[in-house]
Amino acid sequence: MLRIKNLHARVEEKQILNGINLEVKPGEVHAIMGPNGSGKSTLASVLAGREDFEVTEGTVEFLGKDLLEMEPEDRAREGIFLAFQYPVEIPGVSTVNFMKTALNKIREYRGQDTLDAVSFLTLMKEKIKLVEIDPSLLSRSLNEGFSGGEKKRNEIFQMAMLEPKLAILDETDSGLDIDALRIVANGVNKLRTKDNATIVVTHYQRLLEYIVPDYVHVLYKGKIVKSGSKELALELEEKGYDWIKSEVEVA
Amino acid sequence: MSKDNQVLEEFTSKEYEHGWTVNLEADSAPKGLNEDIVRFISAKKNEPEWLLEWRLKAYRHWTTMKEPRWPNVTYPAINYQDIIYYSAPKQKVQPKSLEDVDPELIKTFEKLGISLTEQKRLTGVAVDAVIDSVSVATTFKEKLGELGIIFCSFSEAVREHPELVKKYLGSVVPPNDNYFAALNSAVFSDGSFCYIPKGVKCPMELSTYFRINAANTGQFERTLIVAEEASYVSYLEGCTAPMRDENQLHAAVVELYAMKDAEIKYSTVQNWYPGDKNGKGGIYNFVTKRGLCAGDHSKISWTQVETGSAITWKYPSCILKGDYSSGEFYSVAVTNNFQQADTGTKMIHIGKNSKSRVVSKGISAGKSQNSYRGQVHILKRAENARNFSQCDSLLMGDQCGAHTFPYIDVENKSAHVEHEATTSKIGEDQIFYCLQRGIDEEAAVALIVNGYAKEVLKQLPMEFAVEAQKLLALTLEGSVG
Ligand SMILES: Nc1ncnc2c1ncn2[C@@H]1O[C@H](COP(=O)(O)OP(=O)(O)OP(=O)(O)O)[C@@H](O)[C@H]1O
Ligand SMILES: [Mg+2]
Repeated sequence: MLRIKNLHARVEEKQILNGINLEVKPGEVHAIMGPNGSGKSTLASVLAGREDFEVTEGTVEFLGKDLLEMEPEDRAREGIFLAFQYPVEIPGVSTVNFMKTALNKIREYRGQDTLDAVSFLTLMKEKIKLVEIDPSLLSRSLNEGFSGGEKKRNEIFQMAMLEPKLAILDETDSGLDIDALRIVANGVNKLRTKDNATIVVTHYQRLLEYIVPDYVHVLYKGKIVKSGSKELALELEEKGYDWIKSEVEVA
Repeated sequence: MSKDNQVLEEFTSKEYEHGWTVNLEADSAPKGLNEDIVRFISAKKNEPEWLLEWRLKAYRHWTTMKEPRWPNVTYPAINYQDIIYYSAPKQKVQPKSLEDVDPELIKTFEKLGISLTEQKRLTGVAVDAVIDSVSVATTFKEKLGELGIIFCSFSEAVREHPELVKKYLGSVVPPNDNYFAALNSAVFSDGSFCYIPKGVKCPMELSTYFRINAANTGQFERTLIVAEEASYVSYLEGCTAPMRDENQLHAAVVELYAMKDAEIKYSTVQNWYPGDKNGKGGIYNFVTKRGLCAGDHSKISWTQVETGSAITWKYPSCILKGDYSSGEFYSVAVTNNFQQADTGTKMIHIGKNSKSRVVSKGISAGKSQNSYRGQVHILKRAENARNFSQCDSLLMGDQCGAHTFPYIDVENKSAHVEHEATTSKIGEDQIFYCLQRGIDEEAAVALIVNGYAKEVLKQLPMEFAVEAQKLLALTLEGSVG
C-alpha cells in the first residue's frame, strides 16, 4: 500500500529526514517511536504533502501511485488521513460543517454523488456512537476552546467519518486520560479492516497495548534505526532511547 | 466701444451669467451641475414646488462645502462638472437570450448559484416564462396594500404620498449633513419609499427586487423608510450579482425612522464593480445611511456585506433617541486587489437605557486597504447606556492593510462601553488542515472566511445569507498562495 524508499526531506536549510525506508501493507499497524525532534511529525507532514518540507531525495508510492507528485488535497482524497499532533482551530466552522465539506469534496473526486442531509446525519450518528464522542462538541467551532483530549477525540471522529485507507495518528494518545485513551483506541480498532492500514506515532507503550502493532520502528535523527515486533516498544519503555542512540553512534 | 461690440458683449456676458438654458425635451441634462440642472431634474420628474426648493437649498449649501478628506482612502480628484446628473431611464438593447450576454458575467452568476430566470432578469433578457418578475412584484404589492404598507419608488411616493415624503424627507439625514448627502439631496434621481402603518408587522422581506421600476435608479439613490408605532419591517437592498454601471460616482442616502416600539432591519449586499485586478475603473461608493430610533423601545439594525466598489465610504448609523431604544450594526467588508474601504458606524446614545451593538469583520486581501471607523457617543442624558463593539480584521497575504479607528465619547458616568478588537491572518496551518481533509484551497478559504464572518452572516435572511457566503468566496478567489 505504502512504499517509502530512501526518503530525504528538509525544511529551509535544515535536513530532517535522512533516508527513510518503510513498507506498509493493507491490514497492518505500524508504530513509530523515537525521541523528541527525531522527525516523526515531519515524516507525517511529508506524507500528507505539507509544502514547507522539501523532499530532496527518495520516492513514495501509495496504492501504486507516485504520492509525492500529488497535491495534498488529492492525497487525502486518495485515502490518506493525518490525525494531527496539534489540531488547528477554525473559528465559526463547526465540525459538522467541516466534515460535510470534506466528505463531499472527497466523494466528488471519486465520482460519487454528494450526500444529502439525511444520509449525512445518519452516517454521523453512526460514527458518533463508534468513537463515543459528545455530539455537542461537533456543533461548536472546530477545535476552538476544545480541551487537549477533546481535540484528539475529534480527530478520531473525523477519521471515522472519512474512512481512510491509510491513517497516520501523530501522538493521538498524548493528552488523553485513561478512559479516553481506551475509547479512542477502541475506535481505531473498530475502524480496522484487512484493507486499510494505520501508522501510529507515539511515545508510550500504553497505547500499543490497545492498538496492537505488527511492527515497531524507532526513528532517530531522521532515520529508522531499529525495527521490530511489539516487544520492541516494551523494551524502549523500560530502557529509554540511550541504548539505541549509542548503538547508532557506534555503527 | 462700438455699439455692435456693446451688444455682443452684453449678449455674451448675459449668457455667461445665466448659464445655458436646458432643453426640457432632452433625454439627458448636459454635463455639469448648477441651479438650472437641479431645476431640470425636478421639472423632468414633475415635482412639486416645495421639493424643488428643498433641492435648491441643498445645492446652494453644497456649493459652500468641501469634499471630505478624512477617510483613509485616496483617489484622484472628482470633477463634479464632468458628470451628467440626469438621464432619462432608457431601455437598453435587450439581449435576445443568455447566449448574447458576456460569458464572464454568466460564469459569475453560475458560481453564485443564481437561477436561470434570475440571470435573465439581471441581464435584461426578455423573460417569456410564467414567472415574470413584474407580475410577481404586482402580486406582492397587492398583498402589502391590504395591510396599508406603502412600498414604491421614491418618485411615485412624491406623487402619491407627498405629505409623508414632505414630513420625513431629510428628517434623519438633513440636506446639509455632509458633502455627499448635500449633493444627493440636490440631484437625487430615484430610490425607494416604504411606510409601515401602526402595529403592522410586514409579513415578508421587502426588497428592491420586488419593486417595479427598480432599474435605473441611477447613481444618486434616495431611500426613506418610516416605521410607525409598534410596526416591523425587514428591508433588503442590493443583490449579490455583480453590478456594473458606467457611473463612477455613487452617493446614496438612506433614512430610517422608527417610532415607539417599532423595529427596522436593513440588510445590504453591495457588489458594485470594484475595478480590475490592477485597480483600474471601479465605482466610488460614498453613502450616507442613518436611522433614527425616535420612540422608546424602538430598534434599528443594520447588516451589511460589502464586497464591491473601488472605494467605499459608508457609516450606517443609529441615533438612539428613545429611551430603551437599541441599535445594531453588523458588517462584513471585504477588499481585494486595489480596493479601499473606510466603513463603520456611529452609535449616538441620547435615550436612557439605550443600547447598541457593533460587530465588524474586515477582510483584506491583495493590495487593498480596509479601515473600520466607529464612533460611540454617549450623551449626558443617556443614563445607563450600553455599547458593545467588536471589530475584527482578517488579513490575507502581507500586502494589504487593516486599520481600526474607534472614537469613544462618554458624557455620562453610568455608561458601560466595551470595545474589543482583534487582527488575525488566515494561517497556513488552517489551510493545510483543510487540504489534509480533501478540501481544496479555494474551498478552504471560503470555509474559513465564512466561519470568520458567521456572526454577521447569520443576521441576514436565510436565502440572502447563502448567496452572501458564495459571494465572499468568489471575491477572495485566488487571493491565497
Ligand atoms: N518548520 C520548521 N522549521 C525549522 N525546523 C523545523 C520545522 N519543523 C520541524 N523542524 C525541526 O525538525 C525536527 C524534527 O521535528 P518533528 O516535529 O518532526 O519531531 P518529532 O519527532 O515529531 O518530535 P516530537 O516527539 O517532539 O513530536 C525538530 O528539530 C524541529 O525543530
Ligand atoms: Mg511530533
